[in-house]
Amino acid sequence: MTCLLEVSNLVMRFGGLTAVSRLSFTAMRGDITAVIGPNGAGKTTVFNCITGFYRPSEGEIIIHREDQSTLALHRLPGFAIAKRGRVARTFQNIRLFGGMTVLENLMVAQHNRLQAATGFTLLAVLGLGRYRHVEAEAVERAKYWLEATGLTDRADEPAASLPYGAQRRLEIARAMCTDPVLLCLDEPAAGLNPRESEELNALLLKIRAAGCSLLLIEHDMGVVMKISDHIIVLDHGKKIADGAPADIRTNPAVISAYLGDGDDDDEDAVPVAAQ
Amino acid sequence: MSDAVPAVSGRDTLIRYLRDAGGVGILALAIFVPFIGLRLHGHMNGLALGYRPKLLAIGVVLAVLARVLVLIWQDRRVHQGRAAWRAARIASAGKYVTPLLLGFAVLLPLVPGIANFYIDLGVLVMTYVMLGWGLNIVVGLAGLLDLGYVAFYAVGAYSFALLAHYYHFTFWECLPLSGLFAALWGVCLGFPVLRLRGDYLAIVTLAFGEIIRLVITNWISLTGGPNGIYNIPHPTFFGLNFNLGGGAGTFSGFFGIDPDPKQLTTYLYYIIFFLALLTNWVTLRLRRLPMGRAWEALREDEIACRSLGINVRNTKLTAFAIGAMFGGFAGCFFATRQNFISPDSFTFIESATVLAIVVLGGAGSQLGVALAAVVMIGIPALLQDLSIYRMLFFGLALVIMMVVRPRGFVSTRTPSIALGRRKLISSELISEGHG
Amino acid sequence: MIAYALQQLINGITLGMVYGLIAVGYTMVYGIIGMINFAHGDVFMVGAYVGIIVLTAFSGMGIAAVPVGLLVALLVSVVLCGVYGFTIERAAYRPLRGSFRLAPLISAIGMSILLENFVQTSQGAKDRAIPEPIPGGFKIMQQHGFVVQMSYMQIAIIVTTLVTLGIFTYIVTKTPLGRAMRAIEQDAKMAALLGVNTNRVISLTFVIGSALAAVAGIMFLSYYGVINFFIGFNAGIKAFTAAVLGGIGSLPGAVLGGLLIGLIEAFWSGYATIAYKDVAVYSILAIVLMFMPTGLLGRADIEKV
Ligand SMILES: Nc1ncnc2c1ncn2[C@@H]1O[C@H](COP(=O)(O)OP(=O)(O)OP(=O)(O)O)[C@@H](O)[C@H]1O
Ligand SMILES: [Mg+2]
Repeated sequence: MTCLLEVSNLVMRFGGLTAVSRLSFTAMRGDITAVIGPNGAGKTTVFNCITGFYRPSEGEIIIHREDQSTLALHRLPGFAIAKRGRVARTFQNIRLFGGMTVLENLMVAQHNRLQAATGFTLLAVLGLGRYRHVEAEAVERAKYWLEATGLTDRADEPAASLPYGAQRRLEIARAMCTDPVLLCLDEPAAGLNPRESEELNALLLKIRAAGCSLLLIEHDMGVVMKISDHIIVLDHGKKIADGAPADIRTNPAVISAYLGDGDDDDEDAVPVAAQ
Repeated sequence: MSDAVPAVSGRDTLIRYLRDAGGVGILALAIFVPFIGLRLHGHMNGLALGYRPKLLAIGVVLAVLARVLVLIWQDRRVHQGRAAWRAARIASAGKYVTPLLLGFAVLLPLVPGIANFYIDLGVLVMTYVMLGWGLNIVVGLAGLLDLGYVAFYAVGAYSFALLAHYYHFTFWECLPLSGLFAALWGVCLGFPVLRLRGDYLAIVTLAFGEIIRLVITNWISLTGGPNGIYNIPHPTFFGLNFNLGGGAGTFSGFFGIDPDPKQLTTYLYYIIFFLALLTNWVTLRLRRLPMGRAWEALREDEIACRSLGINVRNTKLTAFAIGAMFGGFAGCFFATRQNFISPDSFTFIESATVLAIVVLGGAGSQLGVALAAVVMIGIPALLQDLSIYRMLFFGLALVIMMVVRPRGFVSTRTPSIALGRRKLISSELISEGHG
Repeated sequence: MIAYALQQLINGITLGMVYGLIAVGYTMVYGIIGMINFAHGDVFMVGAYVGIIVLTAFSGMGIAAVPVGLLVALLVSVVLCGVYGFTIERAAYRPLRGSFRLAPLISAIGMSILLENFVQTSQGAKDRAIPEPIPGGFKIMQQHGFVVQMSYMQIAIIVTTLVTLGIFTYIVTKTPLGRAMRAIEQDAKMAALLGVNTNRVISLTFVIGSALAAVAGIMFLSYYGVINFFIGFNAGIKAFTAAVLGGIGSLPGAVLGGLLIGLIEAFWSGYATIAYKDVAVYSILAIVLMFMPTGLLGRADIEKV
């Protein structure tokens, strides 16, 4: 198995606050890597660094491509990380294009591929070139992900009118439409009911089977323990454990991080409590 | 009255009305005394005051009456469901309104015996339709608040005026150049400032509009300053001009008809009509292409766009530049139509008017913008007798129309692509952008 | 030449004070309901007109004591502009509260056009002038025959502005009203839930902002002596620029921005060309915003993702 994402010595400071300090970890190609930790541990901040929303104060974030070449994400401008690094993400607070339909959301996600076929837009405005063909392909890809997320029936409805669970799935479908090698999911199961949570597990496994690796932030230990191949535990911006689910469950440092913190007494979030 | 309004006794209503109207009366009195009740007059040694008690009384009574009417109207207005129903009605009426409007626009100059004035008015309205559609790309689609759109109008107009004045270019040669220059200006101005958000962007665009106007005003050696540029050529019809003298090389001479100012006006009318349709057509095409979808996505959520690999800055720039380009075309047309331009035609009020047309039309809606231009430009121009009160009513109408229809005439959005039937999206779900 | 620079400094500060007073109104309204109150500059113009009308009435009655007249004009203007601000908010903005961002903006532009033309049609388009209310001043220094003057009017303006800002700062920082204003600024919904009467506070914000504009209007009138219905536009745009330059939403920022713009104008007129002084102001605004996208003292708005 080869390394896909390599984070080394990542530091992120906000003024006096160090949200992430000297974090190093790797995510393997074809794995589901989970990042867990109490609230405020710095998980979302790590995601924001990886996907270019924050510029890390220190450290490196490297993508290893299949052809052995590497790409330093921390040097790319924000949008290029999805475009060239092929890292897609979802957000802890859902961010859909609410006034656009479900299908339009998925078409926007394929912007770069489609735009390349428009002949600097000029040809496509005049109805020339191969744009129509490429657009038909894009619609097919969108349909595939609509099917996979169970949204086909709602394709022509505005995204903002979908129920919460469907919006979460749409966000995943939209990210997948960018054709990523790494999908970063920020608490995808938050607010889902148990049945939806089960379906989400199946969807994530399907995505992995399709060849896309996953990086997953999740508080729902049911999800984490069941599907992840590798878990990284953060607390106060530092990595306190790193290993297979079975090791994490019994790791004393993890248990004390979850139980010892007065401000975080969410029983469900304790790894040992799961199963 | 609907059931949604709780039953209130007539006496309570009356008391409420009286109290409310009384309050309005007192406010109106305070507001009107210094301006309507009193009047400053120039006087031998300075100023003197005149009194207009009757006018003051009329003003206060009118204000109170207006308030009572508003109260009655508010009480009778039925609850929300009606609004949605009305929106759906308007949207479905759009199917018929569009071809009707279009047919009317095509035939207007051909109506037998129509006065030149009305064709000219058509030209004016159509210019604003085009400006509205151009700005709609920036504000309605991309969600960027541009308070200085007039800058591009000015760039287009002065590009042509200067090229014609110094190098004797013709309208048709300058039309594409004007658009190009305006778009270039759009890129130059947009590049450094498009990362600003919301109202910071608004003030900077406003500032750019003012800078361009001030430079034109003060660079007298080049632009003639406040005196403007005269003798800008009218467009020619395949080389034929519209001189009223007739004879060889003129439109009337070539076709063997009597010269008539209407011929030029009609020609101008169809030129701006064509330009406006071009704007509309390009916009509608772009909406279905990745660029247009990216604009709308940007309006909905910039951060999500970035996470999908969309170059936010370039996308904003294209919206700004294409909007500017159409503004430039319109400016070039304005110069050729007027024969004469001066900085007075490019004040902030112009930007505000065009923006008002876009918002009142329903940001993003092509039909709405056209309707709004007709209402806001056409109707005041017909009320010429009231010319000194025209802007007064214009301002008042803006306030009233916004209060009555904050989201504009046509506020629904048509999806750019659909698997099945395209269903209209209601305005509540559509974001307005923050840029 | 130091004397010349000193003179421009004095002129610039005087002008900047007037801008600052108007800018505070913009920034207050923006902070509390997040809208650009385009009609604010025109309230300033109304204030100046009320002033000239009161002064004319005084001289018509044969009362010659100008300082008293000015003081009365100030009070009447403050009260009437308060009424204007209150009414504008009730009629044109409150029905649009919580609506889409562009609707109040257009409504405000409409209100601005309405006010300008209301004054124009009711009082005429002509410039109106008054004689200098408080003539004279004292010499600060003299260099190579150039006399640096600080007129009594300038002193009066600076003192009045400082006193007004002092009262205003007290209101915002020390009174329950000020606390309520800041609460709404942080989170309007939460403040309403906790029992703050949002409507009342917003109304009062408009009243206070308009009162400050009235003070600025009287200052302007007595400093320049000439007004017309259009002065609100330019002063409004400048003051709005000042508010943005200082960081819109920040009260000290508004005053700072006003002072800076006054100084830029004075020095640019003094050392470069008067014709391009506004171009200089707007260019500096654009340049500052390029490097500090939220103005000098504005809060950086990092959107959390
Ligand atoms: N833009 C920012 N500016 C300042 N501080 C920030 C910023 N973003 C995050 N932080 C701080 O960094 C710390 C880590 O936040 P982060 O959102 O990464 O936590 P998290 O692990 O995702 O928590 P949760 O489980 O609640 O989502 C917090 O203290 C937060 O307040
Ligand atoms: Mg988080």
